[in-house]
Amino acid sequence: MAKVLMKGNEAIAESAVRAGGLLYFGYPITPQSEIGEYLARRMPEVGGCFLQIESEVAVANLLYGAAGAGARVWTSSSSPGISLMMEGLSYIAAAELPCVVVNIARCGPGLGGILPSQGDYLQAVKGGGHGDYHCLVLAPSSVQEAVDLMPLAFDRADRYRNPVIVLGDGMIGQMMEPVEFKEHNFPPLPPKDWATTGCKGRKPNVINSLYLDPVEEEKLNFKLAAKYEEMKRKEIRFEEMETDKPYQVLLVAYGTTARVCKTAMQRLRADGINTALLRPITLFPFPEDRVYELAQRAEFVLTVEMSTGQMVEDVRLAVGRTRPVYFYGRTGGIVPSPEEVVETVKNHLRR
Amino acid sequence: MRVIFKRPESLSDRITHYCPGCTHGVIHRLIAEVLDELGLRERAVGIAPVGCSVLAFNYFNFDFQQAAHGRAPAVATGIKRARPDLIVFTYQGDGDLASIGMSEIIHAANRGEKFTVVFINNAIYGMTGGQMAPTTMPGQVTTTSPRGRDVQDVGYPIRMCELLASLKTPAFIERVAVHNPRQVINAKRALKEAFSLQRDCVCFSFVELLSTCPTNWGFSPYQATKWLEENMLPYYPVQNFKRPEKKGEKDAG
Repeated sequence: MAKVLMKGNEAIAESAVRAGGLLYFGYPITPQSEIGEYLARRMPEVGGCFLQIESEVAVANLLYGAAGAGARVWTSSSSPGISLMMEGLSYIAAAELPCVVVNIARCGPGLGGILPSQGDYLQAVKGGGHGDYHCLVLAPSSVQEAVDLMPLAFDRADRYRNPVIVLGDGMIGQMMEPVEFKEHNFPPLPPKDWATTGCKGRKPNVINSLYLDPVEEEKLNFKLAAKYEEMKRKEIRFEEMETDKPYQVLLVAYGTTARVCKTAMQRLRADGINTALLRPITLFPFPEDRVYELAQRAEFVLTVEMSTGQMVEDVRLAVGRTRPVYFYGRTGGIVPSPEEVVETVKNHLRR
Repeated sequence: MRVIFKRPESLSDRITHYCPGCTHGVIHRLIAEVLDELGLRERAVGIAPVGCSVLAFNYFNFDFQQAAHGRAPAVATGIKRARPDLIVFTYQGDGDLASIGMSEIIHAANRGEKFTVVFINNAIYGMTGGQMAPTTMPGQVTTTSPRGRDVQDVGYPIRMCELLASLKTPAFIERVAVHNPRQVINAKRALKEAFSLQRDCVCFSFVELLSTCPTNWGFSPYQATKWLEENMLPYYPVQNFKRPEKKGEKDAG
């Protein structure tokens, strides 16, 4: 298929539709409202359902109900709205239901602003709601990658019976880039024989997260933990740049900031400074082993984020005390410039 | 020999955890009888709330989902939008529906979601130990209104049927009671009407059942039925508030 120029939000919506995400519930919030607007037009054309719901609190619980009835269901929102969904996401994770949640993050805390941010990293990767759970978290750094990750998100949600978060930011959602909608083929999924679809010819199914017996609750928690360990074995995704040559500095950045780092790397090379980049695509599970290995070849590691330092915590966990791990971040909706990254690298090299 | 009374197929063969004199058992049975009689058990999905009936999924013999506190109408909407062919009902108490879940019930009703709500109003929080509910009567003593509900401080009890009946969309709204056999028979009739309307894809249906909580009210089961009659019935009238016009009725009228 030929490439088309599309806005990130609309491209994400179209990709989800093509991946069979034909049931969408949402609540308007900047900077992702175009997703709902696009689907309000598009869903009737493909026999799907777009429904605007009264709140994000309710949306997450609609996801629970629809996923529990066996549907491929999804939503999108931005940071404050995602916070409101945390109740439902905890229940969804506990009841082992599949769904996809797109977060086109904006800056916070509180109402914050409508400009891009990576301040929701910790909320996304560490669980976010109450209790002992994780979502699988995918972080695109271009509109094309966002398009490519949507089918994967739906497949993995079904495969693991777990919520998958696609964590973009206002930049990914709002910018226009040429995209191509490719065919994606995944191995067959197991039947959803656990879903509440009416008990004709079988015993009743129950979707539940209440365990009053501590032994049973612990069993669930260990089962979920085993699932996250399986994700760590099978799902870690990342991109590397310039790691096949000697380098002084390892940059670690995801999403929009990884693109900034790529530009900074070219300018640093022109000044005779070799750097490499590791860009995590899965934020949970985090590519901790690869971060460690690549860090050993560098003098130090620099993590760049649109936050005051969130992913850097995972980078430090991976690298330990084997190499210095520095951090550079801008917030408030300000995207770090390549010049700032160049200067930060040079300053640390001068020390 | 002919069997004239047995456990409905829609109920499972289990002993409930409900207190002596509690009306949940009666209402569970009424729902089960109605689903059996309408032949809907194999298409049914119930939604259990947070409250005393949180374990309702153990007592019914068909598919169930357990919902977060107050969110049952959102969960039911998700199921019904995904699978309109299923017969979906929420089973919610007064704290669940009229307090924490007020937003969810109002908007599901206003969209006219085609599921059935079974609303249990016993004027108190049961499972957490007898706290004041949005439906607690003026002057009623609870653990969080130890001197009785002071309406100057916390307002009057919310009448959910009247509130929902003010909306244009929701078409079947009725309040019934289960404190004596005549009322129980009437309650079953209302539930059957509600589930029939859902089966025929007609409208959102809402049945409020005035119920007793002898344990947290601090009464014997018999005293509790008397208290309901004397205190709740005057404030919460048992009546039908809305019923969809039958086809042709409007033209004929």
